[in-house]
Amino acid sequence: MSPELLASLAIFALAILVGFEVISKVPATLHTPLMSGANSIHGIVLVGGMLIAATADGPLSYLLAFVAMVFGAANVVGGYVVTDRMLQMFKKKPAAAKAPSDGASSAADAA
Amino acid sequence: MPQEWIYTVVFLAWLAGAAAFVIGLHQMNSPATARDGNRLSAGGMTIAVATTLLYLITREGGLSGIGLAIIVVGFAIGGGLGLYMARTVKMTAMPQLVSLFNAVGGGAAALVAIDDYLKVVGTAEESTVTALFVVLGVVIGCVTFSGSLIASGKLQGLIAGKPIMVPGGRLVTAALALAAVAGFLGLVLGAAGAIGIGVAVKQLVLFAIIAAGLLFGVTMVLPIGGADMPVVISLLNSFTGTAAAMAGFVISNPVLIIAGALVGASGGILTKLMADAMNRSIVNIVAGGFGGAEGTMGTVTGATQVREVGVDDAAIQLAYASSVIIVPGYGLAVAQAQHAVRELAEVLEARGVDVKYAIHPVAGRMPGHMNVLLAEANVPYPQLREMEDINPEFERCDVALVIGANDVTNPAARRPGTPVSGMPILDVDKAKSIVVIKRSMGRGYAGIDNELYGNPKTGMLFADAKEGLTALTAAVKQI
Repeated sequence: MSPELLASLAIFALAILVGFEVISKVPATLHTPLMSGANSIHGIVLVGGMLIAATADGPLSYLLAFVAMVFGAANVVGGYVVTDRMLQMFKKKPAAAKAPSDGASSAADAA
Repeated sequence: MPQEWIYTVVFLAWLAGAAAFVIGLHQMNSPATARDGNRLSAGGMTIAVATTLLYLITREGGLSGIGLAIIVVGFAIGGGLGLYMARTVKMTAMPQLVSLFNAVGGGAAALVAIDDYLKVVGTAEESTVTALFVVLGVVIGCVTFSGSLIASGKLQGLIAGKPIMVPGGRLVTAALALAAVAGFLGLVLGAAGAIGIGVAVKQLVLFAIIAAGLLFGVTMVLPIGGADMPVVISLLNSFTGTAAAMAGFVISNPVLIIAGALVGASGGILTKLMADAMNRSIVNIVAGGFGGAEGTMGTVTGATQVREVGVDDAAIQLAYASSVIIVPGYGLAVAQAQHAVRELAEVLEARGVDVKYAIHPVAGRMPGHMNVLLAEANVPYPQLREMEDINPEFERCDVALVIGANDVTNPAARRPGTPVSGMPILDVDKAKSIVVIKRSMGRGYAGIDNELYGNPKTGMLFADAKEGLTALTAAVKQI
């Protein structure tokens, strides 16, 4: 095996260990956003799509690279945006200010 | 040496991107830093993609017009579609969108590997190692692509959510796996020169592997029930990460290897956490068919005697209670009743009733999904209580209002010998009085009767979650 491959294997093994460690104590509340966040990270195959597009040299190659670009870009852009939308909801503070006014109107209804 | 210099800068930028992924993922462990973590990760992605483009343009020979067009147009179309879907999706439909994004990610990884193989096959660059990683990337990527599409279709309701068992389905799955392994051996040995096969045969074998992988994904996910889909999506997410890492080996790219391995491993841990919360093993889930023949044999007790309660009676109970705990479940998520429940809670609070929500870890359509839904409906965060936190409070609460939750409230889980045994449950049966809003006496996912419904303290309000809640809110206002 070439030295480059061995170095790549070392990186691979260490990255797996980091992956195990980085997630261990997550509250269940965050499981869905976390999965979605990890989902956007593997959109890095977009870089792979760019690299094969640059070396594409025939109709089949063009097609494969193009579809890979479309897929990868949808994964990356969509993934990050939808994760952000989920996480945004955990932060809503004005809810507390809004609730009493609604409550007041329904109290008035009741009266 | 300008070329080497550029590559060094690009390599360092990739490394910075990979570091951003790790730190970002770590920050997503806590609600306070999660959003920043996601943005950091997105920043890392932007750097990695932008420097790759810069590298391709500035390196020797430059980027051909067609190459640039493929990159720009492909990105615009894919990114535009992704952005549109992510911005417009309803929060209840979000799990299937994540699955869809996962599918295209796996597809992209497979395509990168396929393209590389078609370029090197028959040339001096073809080696055992390349063949090995190509086949791994292609198989895993194809399985993820078709499997995630099926999972997404099940959640969207395009494909029946219940386990679909094809006669001899397991045999077909096993045969497909065998075909993929045979193809794998063929390509690797062919590349090693151990067996003499021509380029055309190798290409055919590759296409056979692609077909086997795609079909395998379908036959793997079809027999799995809709309620297990979150765990399956998480598992496939981990697969996609692995496929991306394999594609990274194929094209010798460090950032693909790091990010792919990171997602592969963390996705695996997350899958295990999700399965644990449902008291299921991953093997058990993938074996499929839960709630079918083998799930039901333990405890079919026949018709449970239940007490029905009308909207007005239930409204009076709620209105004159001093504390109410709301237990939202899958039925609430399906009926999109999160706004209706918030309205009822506000009307009750205006009357001085103390309202809290008991959130089971796997309530909703995905772990943590219920929190997202209720937060979207502006339910104040402090009212959402996790299971361990709220369970001691049930005995002090006057009314527990269960909305479309079933198995997670079944006291049978405390006894051994039932399909839900050992699953952590909410102690709803300890409340002084219980109101259950449910569409029918239909069984939950585990396929057994819920003993809670037969409890003398329990009143059943048969209605769709949204209509039932709206009617209750109107009735409470009348009191």
